Amino acid sequence: MNETDWRFKIAHREALIGVGLALFNFVWWFGFAYGMGSAPVEEYTYVFGLPAWFFYSCVVGFLVIAVLVIIIVKFFFVEVPFEEEEEEKR
Amino acid sequence: MNYAVLIPMIMFLILIFFIGYWSSRKLASSSNFISDYFLGGRELGGFVLAMTMVATYGSASSFLGGPGTAYTMGFGWVLLAMTQVVTGYFVLMILGKKFAIMARRYKAVTMIDFLKARYDSKAVVLLSALSIIIFLFSAMAAQWIGGARLIESLTGLSYNSALFLFAVSVLVYVTIGGFRAVALTDAVQGAVMLVGTLILLIAVIFAGGGIPNIVQDLINENPNLVTPYGAEGNLSAAYVSSFWILVGVGVVGLPQIAVRAMSYKNSRSMHRALIIGTLVTGIIMLNMHLIGVFARPILPGIDVGDKVIPLIALETLPAWLAGIVLAAPMAAIMSTVDSLLLIVSSSIVRDVYLNYIKPEAELKTIKRISFGVTAMLGIGVFLLALDPPDLLIFLNLFAFGGLEAAFIWPVVLGLYWKWGNKYGAIASMITGIGTYVALHFYNQEYGNLLGVHTVTFPVLLSLVAFIAFSLLIGRKAYDYAA
Repeated sequence: MNETDWRFKIAHREALIGVGLALFNFVWWFGFAYGMGSAPVEEYTYVFGLPAWFFYSCVVGFLVIAVLVIIIVKFFFVEVPFEEEEEEKR
Repeated sequence: MNYAVLIPMIMFLILIFFIGYWSSRKLASSSNFISDYFLGGRELGGFVLAMTMVATYGSASSFLGGPGTAYTMGFGWVLLAMTQVVTGYFVLMILGKKFAIMARRYKAVTMIDFLKARYDSKAVVLLSALSIIIFLFSAMAAQWIGGARLIESLTGLSYNSALFLFAVSVLVYVTIGGFRAVALTDAVQGAVMLVGTLILLIAVIFAGGGIPNIVQDLINENPNLVTPYGAEGNLSAAYVSSFWILVGVGVVGLPQIAVRAMSYKNSRSMHRALIIGTLVTGIIMLNMHLIGVFARPILPGIDVGDKVIPLIALETLPAWLAGIVLAAPMAAIMSTVDSLLLIVSSSIVRDVYLNYIKPEAELKTIKRISFGVTAMLGIGVFLLALDPPDLLIFLNLFAFGGLEAAFIWPVVLGLYWKWGNKYGAIASMITGIGTYVALHFYNQEYGNLLGVHTVTFPVLLSLVAFIAFSLLIGRKAYDYAA
């Protein structure tokens, strides 16, 4: 029996990436929303008609995360087989 | 009756039936009924997987309740809704490959199968089955109410007849088709949701005279609508942030979502699903909730939140297009209900009946019972939904929060922490559910404890319970390789 399945190493790394990405997502979302949004409404600036805090937090934030997910999956995630090698197939 | 709206919707429903029928024929020729009926034989590709997760998750709360609340609360609620983008990637990355590998090794078909194999404990299985049955039952009721309200506002039928119509359409095809039917129709429904929300958003922006115009109207009415703090200024940063747990990362613990993370064919389809899922969730959530906010200056004074989307669609779109677009929330509700039905019936048939009541049951009996239980459940929910409680979204979130508090740690730590054992799992579930229910009533009475959503503390406490009991009682490292 091999002590640690080699696929688990990959799986663990990818799960950690997921946690990191979620943390980053949260900071971005929170930072723009409450960093810019807590100013009085009269001082708001607008991008494409939307309040700037909302635009950067939710619209740009979503796009950034989407691009990051694509990059991470394409370049850092490894394809592994899910079935047990040699062992019985269902 | 508005036939121009109804005909496209009915055609959509027929298409869905057709898919259900088609996959039931595939089911008839299958050699492994259980795995096929409840899991679609672990062969979902990337697109279908992503869509089935989005469609299952994007329920009545995101299509009717959510935009309805955004209508009253303004941009603050859209900000809150965007916490759901994280589910698009988080669930698949966290459960990810290890869950897929372990589920295959355990031959697990449901989340409870996984827990059973991991913890080897009857108490864990029965406790999980019980919480799934209770909590998802109330989640289903919320969805059925949403579906019936939608049909009601479109057709002018009475609520009861609308509910009956909805119940029959759902039951027929879940009962015949099983998981594959649900997953396939989810893919169609997900696509409908995506396109539908895009069309509606554009129409609403046009009707309001452009975004700057709409935002100006909102400021004129009440400047708070464009702040992150809600119309009354009572959405605190802490409260909104706590939704990261409820509708963001906590979703990992939802059985109807987790089961999808064991159903994919290979890592390539998982990778595709990650990307598609994130994009689709983000676009749908952003669109739907913006529609809710933008609808306010166009159609002021709607008091039942659930009706905002149907009414604004009828207002801004030509009737036939409104019919197609409104198929989107219909799709969302139906696909959620279908998968909830399947999860609950699989808990009863597979996790309880086959495990403990009659393990040696024959295939024919299993088939008959699976169909029967699914149908019975549907009828039960129907009866419950006949006299519906008022606030759809909160009933729904109640169920989600309870399940998350119960399952998140037994699943996640069971997967990654070798010291986790059955005592930890049992303690974690009891703590999670117990504190969730208690806190729910406390918060209702005295306002949210420390200003965060009810789900926050139970999730933290169940983590503490899991770790403490795993280390204190029967401490033993789990061997993942065995």
